[in-house]
Amino acid sequence: MNILKTTALVALMGSIAIPAMAEQRVLKLFTDASDPAPKAAFEQLVKGFEAENPDVKVEVNTFDHEGYKTAIRNFLTADSPDLANWYAGNRMAPFVNAGQFTDVSDVWEENALKDSLGSALKSMTIDGKQWGVPYTYYQWGIYYNKDVYKKAGVEMPKTWDEFISNCKKFQEMGVDCLTTGTKALWPAAGIFDYLDLRTNGYDFHMKLTSGEIPWTDDRVKAVFAEWKKVLPYTTKNVAAIDWQDAVSNIVQGKAANYVMGNFAVATFKDGGMTNDTLGFMDFPTINPDIPRAEEAPTDTIHIPAGAKNKADAKKFLAYVAKADVQTKMNEELGQLPINKNSSVGDDPYLQAGFKILSTADGGIAQFFDRDAPAQMAKAGMEGFQEFMAYPDHLDAILERLEKVRQRVYKN
Amino acid sequence: MTVSPAMSEPRAETGMPAPRRRRLNRKLAPWLFLAPGVLMFLIYVLIPIGESMWISFFQWDGLSAKTWVGLSNYLELLDDDAFYTSLKNNLIWLVLYMLAIPFGLFIALFLNQTVRGIRIYKSLFFFPFVISQVVVGLIFSWFYAPGFGLFFELTKWLDGTGIAILANPNTVTYGIIAAGLWPQIAYCMILYLTGLNAVAPDQIEAARLDGAKGIKMLWYVVLPQLRPATFIAVVVTVIGALRSFDLVSIMTDGGPFGSSRVLSYYMYEQALSEYGYRMGYGAAIAVVLFAIMMIFISGFIWKMWRDERGL
Amino acid sequence: MFPKPIQSMSPAARLTYQIALPVMLVVWLLPLLGVAVTSIRPSSDLAQGNYFGIPSYLAFSNYLDVFKNSPFASYMLNSFKVTIPTVIGAVALSCLTGFALAVYKFKGNLLIFFIFVAGNFVPFQILMVPVRELTVKMGLYDTITGLALFHVAFQTGFCTLFMRNFIKALPKELIEAARVEGVGEWQIFWHIVLPLVRPAIAALSVLIFTFIWNDYFWATVLTTGADTQPITAGLQSLNGQWVAAWQLVSAGSILAALPPVAMFFLMQKHFIAGLTLGAVK
Repeated sequence: MNILKTTALVALMGSIAIPAMAEQRVLKLFTDASDPAPKAAFEQLVKGFEAENPDVKVEVNTFDHEGYKTAIRNFLTADSPDLANWYAGNRMAPFVNAGQFTDVSDVWEENALKDSLGSALKSMTIDGKQWGVPYTYYQWGIYYNKDVYKKAGVEMPKTWDEFISNCKKFQEMGVDCLTTGTKALWPAAGIFDYLDLRTNGYDFHMKLTSGEIPWTDDRVKAVFAEWKKVLPYTTKNVAAIDWQDAVSNIVQGKAANYVMGNFAVATFKDGGMTNDTLGFMDFPTINPDIPRAEEAPTDTIHIPAGAKNKADAKKFLAYVAKADVQTKMNEELGQLPINKNSSVGDDPYLQAGFKILSTADGGIAQFFDRDAPAQMAKAGMEGFQEFMAYPDHLDAILERLEKVRQRVYKN
Repeated sequence: MTVSPAMSEPRAETGMPAPRRRRLNRKLAPWLFLAPGVLMFLIYVLIPIGESMWISFFQWDGLSAKTWVGLSNYLELLDDDAFYTSLKNNLIWLVLYMLAIPFGLFIALFLNQTVRGIRIYKSLFFFPFVISQVVVGLIFSWFYAPGFGLFFELTKWLDGTGIAILANPNTVTYGIIAAGLWPQIAYCMILYLTGLNAVAPDQIEAARLDGAKGIKMLWYVVLPQLRPATFIAVVVTVIGALRSFDLVSIMTDGGPFGSSRVLSYYMYEQALSEYGYRMGYGAAIAVVLFAIMMIFISGFIWKMWRDERGL
Repeated sequence: MFPKPIQSMSPAARLTYQIALPVMLVVWLLPLLGVAVTSIRPSSDLAQGNYFGIPSYLAFSNYLDVFKNSPFASYMLNSFKVTIPTVIGAVALSCLTGFALAVYKFKGNLLIFFIFVAGNFVPFQILMVPVRELTVKMGLYDTITGLALFHVAFQTGFCTLFMRNFIKALPKELIEAARVEGVGEWQIFWHIVLPLVRPAIAALSVLIFTFIWNDYFWATVLTTGADTQPITAGLQSLNGQWVAAWQLVSAGSILAALPPVAMFFLMQKHFIAGLTLGAVK
């Protein structure tokens, strides 16, 4: 008996002693960076952090991009990592409200992030506190086929009216003026967001997504009236098409324009387009009196409330917020850094995006499904999809959305 | 049987009080044999059914604490267009899925011959049932895809524009059901082929002598003998129709704009999908689906119970 | 025999039947054939719009490409890791329960039996939220064990139905004789009944293998990520990555379908015996 006890004790001591001797603290990071570019960016980020903090070992657990959105619910409550990435705006609200994210206002304070990450402050703040650190964002806008424009002999549109009149020319050539693939719903929301930002402006759009304006409001109807103008020139059956399939419409010259986020550039180029054939432009003006607002979703890193190593996690956040770190990381990602002292890669689409975003005096929206709460977002995007196929259902759609609004924002 | 040597051994070992112990043993034995299976079934099936019903009275996002809301999830269902769409689609599924039974019977009759290679034919006709519904869904997505799908091209050749079945809210459910029928017909076919094997040849001969032929023979002589096969075909087809989840999820995600939802998918959407996490509301939908299925399940069980007693 | 044997009909009818057979088969398997051809079509054909013509060459390399830069192999392996233990577990448990319900007369016997049968038919959705919670709480969320445990429990319902009916059909005299000889209950199960239910075990094994291999719903509810997800869920997420690359989707689909298909063709007799249990009386 005694011998057995002592051996057990020795074994126990041994198991404690080993990590203590190495003096390495572990930091667990869960991420959805499963695509090649984000994966490389995170690997490089972790390497940099470990070089600066040799006593910390970062263990990365990469999830499938789609699966992550449901997995996060489980690991936050069950097996919490020290760091997890997510999205800004209303998308993080459920976790903040449920007490699943740690308040990191002190990280913002100590590192003067309110200045350097100022552009994202609003979307990271709930109840006057900050709940994570943003590391990247990317612009939305119109990607177009330059050759098709040349063939049609039309000018780049500055206004929505010009855009529509170009559409007629494209139609004569048998080319769809606007293409998209709304099988996954969200691509339609990009079109709606821009039309609303251009028709009613940023403040209205924010009030709409936060439930303060009825969907049956005439100003909302005005947005759909603008949308209706372009529907005859939009690709058919978009509800059955994936966004990547719609990319090939642009690549093959079957369509001229595509309202998309900058992440799609890689897909366009995979299809064979180059900087000479793929163009990017800001969404045209509808109401010239409204200050120009843009859409740029922000990706973030958070410390779950159940994190075991919060001290090092906060160090990690401070590291991610640094200007040079964000510069390097976003070069890998092919996206824009949040830190105002970072420099932007010399990719023409990034440069163009940076220019329109840094001069957007109206404001920067996240994206419909990040600005609006989940249920509203889902119902809204379904409504947009239906409207694109059946514009005359508009009244029924808006009434349905209004019903959802009254229920969702009640609590 | 050569069991006796093995049997005599334990008796020698158990020794004197054997009869008594055995009687006790025989009373306890079934429960011991049942324990592991029943326990697992209790933990993973029976208790969760009760828990789901309980959860349906709460508002719960799976993160924060549950809030008791009484019947309000059910009241909300009554005013939820998406719920009615799902219910309607479930009904369409249920009705059209039944087509698998006559089609299965037809193919079974067609294949019930003894020519060379017929066994291979039977296997190949049965093939779709063995494939996962995920693969069936992908196959049919490709078949229907606008722009390059075989079906789309065929309809384009016929009407000039082509029918994008999965993009149109009026046709999408039928498109998915057709995909679902493919393996289901195969299933019914195999049930009937087995049933046909056992049809009494003397009765057929007797009927033939009486001048019965074709449809008449089928209806009055063959089908009554196929009743057990038909019963199982109905059971698996009803359950299959109400369980339809995989195909909807793979082919359309319930779209376009929610028009191909069925209850099983809508429940998942509300409770677990990217924009969901309304566990209470999802549970309420599940309870409704459960209630609908219970109608059928009770029917089946009732019939089986009667047969059991008749034995 | 019904319908009338084709041999007894006119030569013309026989010929028509011989022609109709392959024609029907091709029509019946048309979607599958399309996918099979697409799976060996080079991507350049698809890019140029050659969707239906003869492939410009046979690109069997598509089947290799499926494994490149994708966790396809891992998904397949996970499927085996979930399926095989489930088959063993569910069949083992149901041998016990089936034996208990078929051999012993006790109060509640039929009730328990019908609870197993009814449980087997319930919609998955009524179990989803609590089972997921339970799995998370046990620390088994996103593990192969968690998924397999649930499958074992659920499939026990179906397997019990099957086993109980099979054992019930065995000659009662065997067990009676053994009891008269004074054989213990466990011995009866192990030495007398188990050897006799081998065909049932074989039939159940192939059936459960196919059911579990093809399960998609529970795979999406209880697992995420390539380390644990089986091929059904994996194929769906790869489908997201391979959009427009239909040659890969097709090749992947065919690979994913292979194990149950192989199982079916190898064990056809058992498979059909299992599936059609009760179709004849």
